[in-house]
Amino acid sequence: MSKQTKKKGTPAKKTKNEPTKEKAGFIAFMIDGQEVKAMPGWTILETARHYGFQIPTLCFHEALEPVGACRLCMVEVRQNGMNRLMASCLSYPQEGMEILTNSERVQNGRRWVMEMLLAACPASQEIKKMARELGVASTRFIVEDPTEECLRCGLCIRVCEQIVGAKAISFGSRGVTKHVATPYMVPNEACVSCGSCVAVCPTLAAKTRLDKFRGDISLRTGHGYAHY
Amino acid sequence: MAQVSTAFQIEEFRLGSAQALADYQQQILSERDPNRPVIIVCHGTGCLANGSPKVADALRQSIAQAGLDAQVIPEIKITGCHGFCSRGPLVIFQPSGLFYQLVKPKDAEEIVKTTLIDGGYVDRLLYVEPRTGEHIVHDHEIPFYKHQQRIVLKNIGKIDPTDIRDTIAAGGYQALAKALATMSPDEVIDAVETSGLRGRGGGGFPAGRKWRIAAENLRKNPGPMYIVGNGDEGDPGAFMDRTIMEGDPHAVLEGMILGAYAMNATQGFIYVRMEYPVAVRHLTIAIEQARALGLLGKNILGSGFDFDLQINRGAGAFVCGEETALIASLDGRIGEPIPRPPYPAEKGLWGRPTIINNVETWANVPLIIDKGADWFKGIGVPHSTGTKIFSLVGKVNNIGLVEVPMGIPLSQIVEEIGGGVPNQEGFKAVQTGGPSGGIIPYALKDTPVDFDSLTKVGSMMGSGGMIVMDQRDCVVDVARYFLRFLEEESCGKCLPCRLGLKAMQEFLDKFSKGEGTPKDIEDLQSLGQAIKDFSLCALGGTAPNPVLTTIKYFQDEYEAHIAEQRCPAGVCKDLITYFIDPELCNGCGVCKRVCPQACISGEKKQPHTIDSSLCIRCGMCFYECPVDAVLVQ
Repeated sequence: MSKQTKKKGTPAKKTKNEPTKEKAGFIAFMIDGQEVKAMPGWTILETARHYGFQIPTLCFHEALEPVGACRLCMVEVRQNGMNRLMASCLSYPQEGMEILTNSERVQNGRRWVMEMLLAACPASQEIKKMARELGVASTRFIVEDPTEECLRCGLCIRVCEQIVGAKAISFGSRGVTKHVATPYMVPNEACVSCGSCVAVCPTLAAKTRLDKFRGDISLRTGHGYAHY
Repeated sequence: MAQVSTAFQIEEFRLGSAQALADYQQQILSERDPNRPVIIVCHGTGCLANGSPKVADALRQSIAQAGLDAQVIPEIKITGCHGFCSRGPLVIFQPSGLFYQLVKPKDAEEIVKTTLIDGGYVDRLLYVEPRTGEHIVHDHEIPFYKHQQRIVLKNIGKIDPTDIRDTIAAGGYQALAKALATMSPDEVIDAVETSGLRGRGGGGFPAGRKWRIAAENLRKNPGPMYIVGNGDEGDPGAFMDRTIMEGDPHAVLEGMILGAYAMNATQGFIYVRMEYPVAVRHLTIAIEQARALGLLGKNILGSGFDFDLQINRGAGAFVCGEETALIASLDGRIGEPIPRPPYPAEKGLWGRPTIINNVETWANVPLIIDKGADWFKGIGVPHSTGTKIFSLVGKVNNIGLVEVPMGIPLSQIVEEIGGGVPNQEGFKAVQTGGPSGGIIPYALKDTPVDFDSLTKVGSMMGSGGMIVMDQRDCVVDVARYFLRFLEEESCGKCLPCRLGLKAMQEFLDKFSKGEGTPKDIEDLQSLGQAIKDFSLCALGGTAPNPVLTTIKYFQDEYEAHIAEQRCPAGVCKDLITYFIDPELCNGCGVCKRVCPQACISGEKKQPHTIDSSLCIRCGMCFYECPVDAVLVQ
């Protein structure tokens, strides 16, 4: 790989695991003008992060199936003379693709999403920090609940289902009223109080909700912790 | 609505071959006297709501009273929607085609006497052409029908959808018999591909190509394959799919059986909105009757080919019309879209190749097989072949369902078929493609209505909604209305759609109050583009279209809201005042009676005045004033 001089914000390059030799099965494509090679099965996001390119995400976690809900990881893809935007956490690279992680269209979309998130999750310091990094300082949109932190990315739900296997929580309602809830809004027995939902939560909103998910444990166990 | 159910019970006998079907058709036709008078009473949902079952009952009674049932045995036939919904209930006499509109039960006696006994017609029930004042006697002479080309709708309004014998007599299932007897599955796909049929649900993807991809995927990955009929029509002001499912359910069934044969599917699903009870009932009856005749189920028409259908009712989510969300819903998961690829043709229902087509697309398939791909290709324009059904609604004289060849100018649909805009010269704009479509201004009235031309002007074909607007419709208000609808129907999975539609509404709310700056219009365009770029599915990806097209074509109107605090159409409540012109007011007092705020004062026979400080701008006085003395500014 030839080292290229790049604009400001060029990510530090990891050289340790870089696939340098031309091997069958590698997919060669370009990210922001740099030639990269992806292992088979890598998504665009995985490849980009492997090479140290910064792509913001909120709903992505390495251990979980990607769903493409936050849309912050969108990148512009140039292929066969066509430009389109793709969610990099879900898309697989193809030979000869040209990826722009920070084009004008991408920046425009990310900035709007962050500005809207500032109004939707005004209490979250993490969102504020991320917004600042993307160049959004304030929001013009109406703040409905100043204490709201949850952005409905669904990471807590997915970790509970895919890793813990408890399926204690799910999304309730739809659209603008969508929220994380237990079935029928009643704290339930399925929760094992493992705290995985809190651990993956990008804004720590799950922390304040944990009691709603698991209910009063002493009612089940007679004491304050989950084990019998 | 129990009166509608005239479901004919077929004793179980299976048609074992294509010949048996042809014989059965001949048998039904020979039992029918072509000269026997048939009175058709429209029982489409629009006419049902206007009381058509009572009209049918009254006609039956009058016929019995006149003693006609013994001599001429007039038959009263309950049919699906005739499309001319604003004129319902409709009563049509066959074979003459005599057309009565807005029939009330009390008219039954006169109709029976004048028409059946004396052979004349009741003049006051005839259709009156609004522009010439001419009374038109027969249905095929009415401009609304004259300029249409009804091929998919050809049976609707002529057959009883709850009686399969009517369908068979009209040539139903002949295409299936032909395909099973003479065509290989690949030949069926070839025919559909050659015909150029594109998906009628909104996407406009070539159906034949989609089928071929699915068939190839199935070859690579043998196992079950599913086909789905998408009848989850949810656009405001659209009722094309409903009419087909209610009026000619067998056309959908036949198309799906043909598709199943072409792609070797053994199970199909029809996903219908729960809100369409008549469609669900008619489809259920149709499936039962087709099964009884051996047109569905095991060994169809003795060919060894098995296929069965099941109805699934949607629970009222607009987004479930999107194919991946529909699959999730059928799967038993939350009805939310998932990113494509993989496309359903590769990995759909239960991870298997699945083909989803709109019910209108399926209803086109038997026509292609029956009359040939070249015949179909001859209708319409290259790249958009065949006809398209539109629901023409809004500020237009003839509201209803129209089927026209693709590529005819928009103005022809609105002016000739729709009869123009009431009391005005031309329309202001037409919204095509439902809430996610765009607005086409009068200046582009000659735009050909086909997939590519509509996309070029920033709108889309969509599923075929067509809402006509006049000078009294404010584009800011219209854009707000569609955004509110989509915001309510957004599944909330991805951020740009869930947050963005709300954010766009905040902009428009500001404009409608006369607030905002010219830069806000630019920002709104930028936000709209971001939502289009970033959304996960087509709902969010097309949701900004009404806003973007209204800004594109009516920017001056947006600027008037912001710069002059004025709503040119007189709709946005914060920017208008109602007042009474003392010269025109005759002091009748109607406005005073209807005003919910009691803010209109004045003596009898003296000009009245409106107290603007109390007025809530509901517009009641404006609409009720008999001399149009209430003005809006």
